[in-house]
Amino acid sequence: MMASSYSTKEEDGHPSGASSHGGPGAVKSKKPDNTAFKQQRLPAWQPILTAGTVLPAFFVIGLIFIPIGIGLYVTSNNIKEYEIDYTGADINSSCYSCAKSYSWNSTTSCVCSVEFILEQPFESNVFMYYGLSNFYQNHRRYVKSRDDSQLNGDQSALMNPSKECEPYRTSDGKPIAPCGAIANSLFNDTLELYYVDSNGTRNAVPLVKKGIAWYTDKHVKFRNPGGNNNLTVAFQGTAKPVNWAKPVYELDPSDPDNNGFINEDFIVWMRTAALPTFRKLYRIIQKKSSTTPTLPSGKYFLNITYNYPVLSFDGRKRVILSTISWMGGKNPFLGIAYITVGSMCFFLGVVLLIIHHKYDTRNSSADIPN
Amino acid sequence: MARESEDAGIAKASKVKRQRKKKTKENKTRIVHANILYDHAKGEENPNRHYANNKIKTTKYTVLSFLPKNLFEQFHRFANVYFVFIALLNFVPVVNAFQPELALAPVVFILSVTAIKDLWEDYRRHRSDKEINHMDCLVYSRADKRYVEKYWKEVRVGDFIRLRCNEILPTDVLLLSSSDPDRLCHIETATLDGETNLKQRQVVRSFFELDCDFDPLKYNSIIECEKPNNDLNRFRGYIIHRSGRRDALYKENLLLRGCTIRNTEEAVGIVIYAGHETKAMLNNNGPRYKRSKLERQMNVDVFWCVIILLVMCLFAAVGHGLWMFQYGDKRPVFDVLSPEGTDLSPIMSAIYLLLTMIIVFQVLIPISLFVSIEIVKICQVYFIHQDMDLYDEETDSHLQCRALNITEDLGQMQYIFSDKTGTLTENKMVFRRCTVAGVEYSHDANARRLAMYQEMDSEEEECTSHGGTLPRRDSVSSHQSARVVLRSHSTKSHRRTGSRAEAKRASILSKHTAFSSPMEKDITPDPQLLNKVNECSNQMDFMRFHSQSMSQLPSDLSDIIDFFIALTICNTVVVSSPNQPRQKVWAKVPSQSPVKTIEDFIKRFTPSRLTSGSNSSSSSNSTLTKLDEEHPGSLDHAFSTVLPCYDGKACTPEEGELRYEAESPDEAALVYAARAYKCSLVGRLPDQVTVELPHLGKLNFELLHTLGFDSTRKRMSVVVRHPLTDQITVYTKGADSVIMDLIKPPDTDTAGRKRQKKIVFRTQSYLNLYAADGLRTLCIAKKILSKEEYACWLQHHLEAETSIQGREQLLFESALRLETNLHLLGATGIEDRLQDGVPETIASLRKAGLQIWVLTGDKQETAVNIAYACKLLDPEEEILTLNADSQVSSSNQNFTDSINPSSSPLSSSSFHTTPFTVHRLGLVIDGRTLAYALDKSLEDKFLAIARSCRSVLCCRSTPLQKSMVVKLVRNKLKVMTLAIGDGANDVSMIQVADVGVGISGQEGMQAVMASDFALPRFRYLQKLLLVHGHWCYSRLANMILYFFYKNAMFVALIFWYQFYCGFSGSAMIDQWYLIFFNLMFSAFPQLITGTLDKDVSAETLQQLPQLYVNGQNSEEYKPYMFWMNMIDAIYQSLICFFVPYFAYAGSDVDLFTWGTPITTLALFTILLHLGIETKTWTRMNWLSIIFSIALFFTVALCYNASCPTCYSPSNLYWTMQRLLQDPLFYLLSGVTPVAALLPRYFYRACQGTLFPSPVQVGRQLDKLPAETRRNILSLSRVKVGSPVHLKPPFLSLTKPSPKGYAKKDQRSFPTSKISQAKQMPVLQTDEEKGQRSPVGPIDSEKGLLDLYTLVPTKVDTLASTKEAPTFAREQQNPVTKDSECLDKTLESSALSLSSWITSTPLLTQADSVQLALPPHGGSQCVKYTRNSEERLSSDHTVHPVHRTEQSLHTTL
Repeated sequence: MMASSYSTKEEDGHPSGASSHGGPGAVKSKKPDNTAFKQQRLPAWQPILTAGTVLPAFFVIGLIFIPIGIGLYVTSNNIKEYEIDYTGADINSSCYSCAKSYSWNSTTSCVCSVEFILEQPFESNVFMYYGLSNFYQNHRRYVKSRDDSQLNGDQSALMNPSKECEPYRTSDGKPIAPCGAIANSLFNDTLELYYVDSNGTRNAVPLVKKGIAWYTDKHVKFRNPGGNNNLTVAFQGTAKPVNWAKPVYELDPSDPDNNGFINEDFIVWMRTAALPTFRKLYRIIQKKSSTTPTLPSGKYFLNITYNYPVLSFDGRKRVILSTISWMGGKNPFLGIAYITVGSMCFFLGVVLLIIHHKYDTRNSSADIPN
Repeated sequence: MARESEDAGIAKASKVKRQRKKKTKENKTRIVHANILYDHAKGEENPNRHYANNKIKTTKYTVLSFLPKNLFEQFHRFANVYFVFIALLNFVPVVNAFQPELALAPVVFILSVTAIKDLWEDYRRHRSDKEINHMDCLVYSRADKRYVEKYWKEVRVGDFIRLRCNEILPTDVLLLSSSDPDRLCHIETATLDGETNLKQRQVVRSFFELDCDFDPLKYNSIIECEKPNNDLNRFRGYIIHRSGRRDALYKENLLLRGCTIRNTEEAVGIVIYAGHETKAMLNNNGPRYKRSKLERQMNVDVFWCVIILLVMCLFAAVGHGLWMFQYGDKRPVFDVLSPEGTDLSPIMSAIYLLLTMIIVFQVLIPISLFVSIEIVKICQVYFIHQDMDLYDEETDSHLQCRALNITEDLGQMQYIFSDKTGTLTENKMVFRRCTVAGVEYSHDANARRLAMYQEMDSEEEECTSHGGTLPRRDSVSSHQSARVVLRSHSTKSHRRTGSRAEAKRASILSKHTAFSSPMEKDITPDPQLLNKVNECSNQMDFMRFHSQSMSQLPSDLSDIIDFFIALTICNTVVVSSPNQPRQKVWAKVPSQSPVKTIEDFIKRFTPSRLTSGSNSSSSSNSTLTKLDEEHPGSLDHAFSTVLPCYDGKACTPEEGELRYEAESPDEAALVYAARAYKCSLVGRLPDQVTVELPHLGKLNFELLHTLGFDSTRKRMSVVVRHPLTDQITVYTKGADSVIMDLIKPPDTDTAGRKRQKKIVFRTQSYLNLYAADGLRTLCIAKKILSKEEYACWLQHHLEAETSIQGREQLLFESALRLETNLHLLGATGIEDRLQDGVPETIASLRKAGLQIWVLTGDKQETAVNIAYACKLLDPEEEILTLNADSQVSSSNQNFTDSINPSSSPLSSSSFHTTPFTVHRLGLVIDGRTLAYALDKSLEDKFLAIARSCRSVLCCRSTPLQKSMVVKLVRNKLKVMTLAIGDGANDVSMIQVADVGVGISGQEGMQAVMASDFALPRFRYLQKLLLVHGHWCYSRLANMILYFFYKNAMFVALIFWYQFYCGFSGSAMIDQWYLIFFNLMFSAFPQLITGTLDKDVSAETLQQLPQLYVNGQNSEEYKPYMFWMNMIDAIYQSLICFFVPYFAYAGSDVDLFTWGTPITTLALFTILLHLGIETKTWTRMNWLSIIFSIALFFTVALCYNASCPTCYSPSNLYWTMQRLLQDPLFYLLSGVTPVAALLPRYFYRACQGTLFPSPVQVGRQLDKLPAETRRNILSLSRVKVGSPVHLKPPFLSLTKPSPKGYAKKDQRSFPTSKISQAKQMPVLQTDEEKGQRSPVGPIDSEKGLLDLYTLVPTKVDTLASTKEAPTFAREQQNPVTKDSECLDKTLESSALSLSSWITSTPLLTQADSVQLALPPHGGSQCVKYTRNSEERLSSDHTVHPVHRTEQSLHTTL
């Protein structure tokens, strides 16, 4: 056996056949094991794709998808949604002047209001979104420009933010809190909704500003430095982001649970949108009772404190009022997709059926001439 | 204790090493002194200190050098450099896309996997090194004055080593002493060259006379020899004694490391080369690395991937530049400034982005592809290795894959070049017939005996009955019956019976006798010849008794006795008793052993003494008689004493059972044959041969010289002193072609001259007969030298022997001088039986579309007959014979001209065309003609002819020619070539071919060493190629395509996203998913599929060899398939991107909550895609897919829950968890993969029904119940395998013409791509003889159309056959008719084919054929009918009888 280590090139462990002279006792057959695995005879399912065999699959898929599609489409259609563009790009728009005059540097705020009429009442909870178009929140350098440790209340990161925040890392030698381009470009329009009832009085619609962010964001990911008490002290020595009018600890002074990094508007903004046209949840209009609709049909006033310039990059600003269903907001696409794919399958199934009848049947009946 | 001192010695030696002076070591020789003289001297003074010690180290790395060296090696692969470059790019902040550390992960992973593999291999080498280095051997120690045990690694050059029986040699040792009475040492070289016979080695001559034990202390000579080299068969040098005498050293004096001492109790030698300088180690070169065709093709597509990548990156970069540009100076808030706060110009941004995109899109170049391919190949090798069908029980060996990375090439072979002897045949030689002095002795009884063996062997084994004048072709065709063919497959596992089993038993009994199965040993003598031998020896005995001169014996009788003596002694056969060392017989009578060396003899045998004619040893009759009377016992004793040796068991001597160990099986066969005539070899010593003759008893032939066999001379000779006549006689044995030229009738004696001429003439005719029977022929001749002649020759010979420079050449010339003017004694015919299953293998390989060429060194007739026997040539074929100097056949002159337009060496060549019709051609060419044909000017023409022939047989070709032919075909035709052979003469051919296969058979291991795959038997080639080759190819091809698809699909997702993120290089797929997607999430299923997927079962693949064409034409992986896959990838990625896009459009979804479903959808789609492409779903497939999905979700969930602040820039905290609560996610998972895979699924279904590939038909056959399938297959087998073999048109239509010949083909085959010669009816009718080209364009076109018009239009052909007038006779016999003529057979095969094809969802033959017909097919069709009529009618008038006979056999 030892001799076999000489025979050349046996690194791969296949001793040559000639080396079996080692000793009389060492006769060990090299016969391979007759196992299903080693002989590649594992039991297997061998589907053969022919018209006949795949035919049922197409019909089954078709039959399942079409009803689902219809269901989804109906669900989506039941969702009520109303959208108001208040960018002010149009000269007729009420916010035109604000849009024209406003830039990041202005100190005074510009207020404008938009009137609209809801044709149908909105039942159940209504979600109020603001929407931006042509705003590339998914830009690579923009997405990176944040410091999660700082947002998580880490003291060292607060005073020494990550390099990713550049060039919004420091301002006048002081670290910016929150640093980075995302925070810097926080959406800061204020929106108020008024219902004009039949006698013409404006009633403010109560907007709930908590519960709009992900639970995990609010409670795990975002934390204020040094607990939630006395944010002013906690943020001592930091600078506010360049574009911000007020420091982070004054985002919502009324509610300490919604101030600083855990301000929900801020958290929502920090979750960068996937696509350049996006909406973000702004407020929730809670359902009052089961009898009265949350937003009855009628005339509404949207009061806007116009702070956020978008025209420079051709952006649009919208407000969306929408109810939601179990599958989210209004979007008929999925239903259509299901119906289309289902019908395609059905159609192809029919085609295959024809093919099968024309070409396949002959073989199945053909017997072997003997 | 001894070891301690030696350790000190080692320490000293290492010190020496450090102090080593830079001495000039430029001398061309090595000088070895005995270490013992320098034991007390300081290390520096030891002259041997510069030589390598015996410690071997085959490891590549040390602990320290591992990392740098391994990395260095890995970076030789360009892909690795590329990936490292990308990973490093990530460290540049401006362009980075991922966390830099993370980006390193895949590269580090890949590198470390490879490194671990290398480390493990190296560790194994280290372990085995250590084991070897610590083996024990006996080394003489001066201090102890005895031999002490030492480790191998401590042995140094110049040490004296004592070797005992069955010990393995630790170094290359010069033999100085042996316990053997004749100063011999027997070694077994199996580990070096695989030859299992014993070889004799001689003690150096100067130490020959020593009667007592060799004493190292007295040794004071110096050895000068060549530098270490790897030539196992050469060793030159001389030993210089103190006296100044120089003695030459030969390879016979050298014992090589790794050999085993056998039959010798003890031997002592001095170490000449140690450790890595031994010949065995120098022969050790690492495994070969070849790049397979598939890999070459893959690399082209990898290159395309790079281009696609660059295009995508450039596109994105330009897009980004434009995007930036549109904003102008109004910098939007989301466009972040550079870290320095400065503006990035659009152009700079674009440039940075280009680099970023390269990082992001890096996945397109599949980093894991290379690793995956390697893993899959290792698994494939493992499975091939484990295949029971490729295991040979007789030799306990299985297939060895020596090249690990060309398994898939096995599935793409187009040409097979095979050796004949030992490859197609067993290389077990059986003496069959002989002719002595012009009289033929047919040995009928022997033939019957062999036939019996054969029957026992296996019923279906074919074509070996050469008995008498039995027409050979009949025996061939009789085996074409369906019954036989069928059974050959059903009884495969029970094949080895009869003589095989016996042979096995015999070989177990004595492992050393490789060539002596009972079949070879037991020869039934021809009674007539036996009588003559008896009569002859009787007379000789009588004459000796009456002290008459032997020369008065009638010449025919003396020829007979000489013939047998020549058979007995003219060889290098060693006689031994099994398992016993030869004993020292010191009690020898002194008179018997005075002449110990040839030199001794010569010293005393001066010319003056030659005349005296008497020698004390054994020359005179009287002494000899006395000797015989005196010492029969001692001889017996010497050769058959029982001595328990290494196996501990007392071996009982088999009375009279002597084992002959020959270097070639021919020799053994002849010796056994002679023994059957009571003329047996009983002993061989270096200087004498003992032969036992009937009545005469034992005769000692004084062996003066042995001129060994070489392939140039093709003969060997021995020079002996004949004990009876006291003449110096030369016996020569060799190939008939050379011997016949050397025969010279005596000038003086006219009667003798006449007689000799007659003998020569007769013998030649018998030789031709033997060759026609496929026997190997040898001629035996002798020559009687006068003492003066001998002395004269001896003078020159001695000069030649002692010269160091050019000794071989001088010896060769010396041999040539001796072997002249021979007297022909007779000739022998030896049969070399075909291996099991060779004809079936060849038939099925040929059906698989492989061109089989046989390149052999044998003579033409033998080769042709073996070719018929193994169905390489078909009786129905026309044989073109290219012999440069055969007679000119005027009718074929034009053909000759077609190869050879001008006057050139081929001008005298001619073609023997067999007169019946031919649809196919066989080409036979001999070595001399081949040399002309391989000439630059003719090689194209040669190839053109060879390609149009169905089979090519090159006879009498040298090893170099073999490799030249392979090279020519490979380079000119651009085809995949496989060379298979077993002997050293095939090595060059094996190395040249794309895949070299060695048969680990009888002729040693050289072929195996050079090969990529080593097979125990030829027939395993069938399963290796048809099954494993096909599987490996289709698995790998599919896997590679899938890889490209997968990566492209995944990367395209990100590319689409660039349109929605301002081409900023942003990715919605998290970096972790992006990087580990290939490496982990989608890696396992494809590995499993790549390893285990079987498109068609092994049985079907073997029964339908046509499926092999699939791989030959690279049908699984064609260039367009890459692009189809790319398009599919783009489509699928569009679906996977845009369905979520629209589903989430305008919603408040964030980047990664949107990206994660896309990743998931892509994973589902990719896995389901694999599902569609998977043909067999085993447990493993299911598990791997489930595992992949589970792994993805587990990793995603863990990763998403692990850290809320890490993994910048992306943070997916709780994303997956939320998604799993989102119904939308599930809804997307339902519709997207379905939509993405719909086209492919639909396409596959349609393809399976409307235009299934042959492989799919094979799969459908698999699905049928076993019974039905067998019926179908048997039907197709019989018909397809019938002489006129027709492949289904859908198979042959896709055959591309090899590129190199495209130009030529365009002219020759304008209508079709088919260029396969076997389908080419090369038309031989008179009107076409004028064609310049052998395959005229019109003819071929017609011929092609013939095939195809015949198949669908049954009516036409029927009509035509009826019109053929001579056909009427045939039609009376329906059986005959059916398979008789061309079109009928075609038709019937077409019928049978279509019948089995229609039983599966296929188009009819007719449909697919019609597609292939050119628009003007109709008119051609008419033309054909006329042609075929003419041809048929002429054929049948010429050879009707023969053909009828044929067809009877075919249709049995």
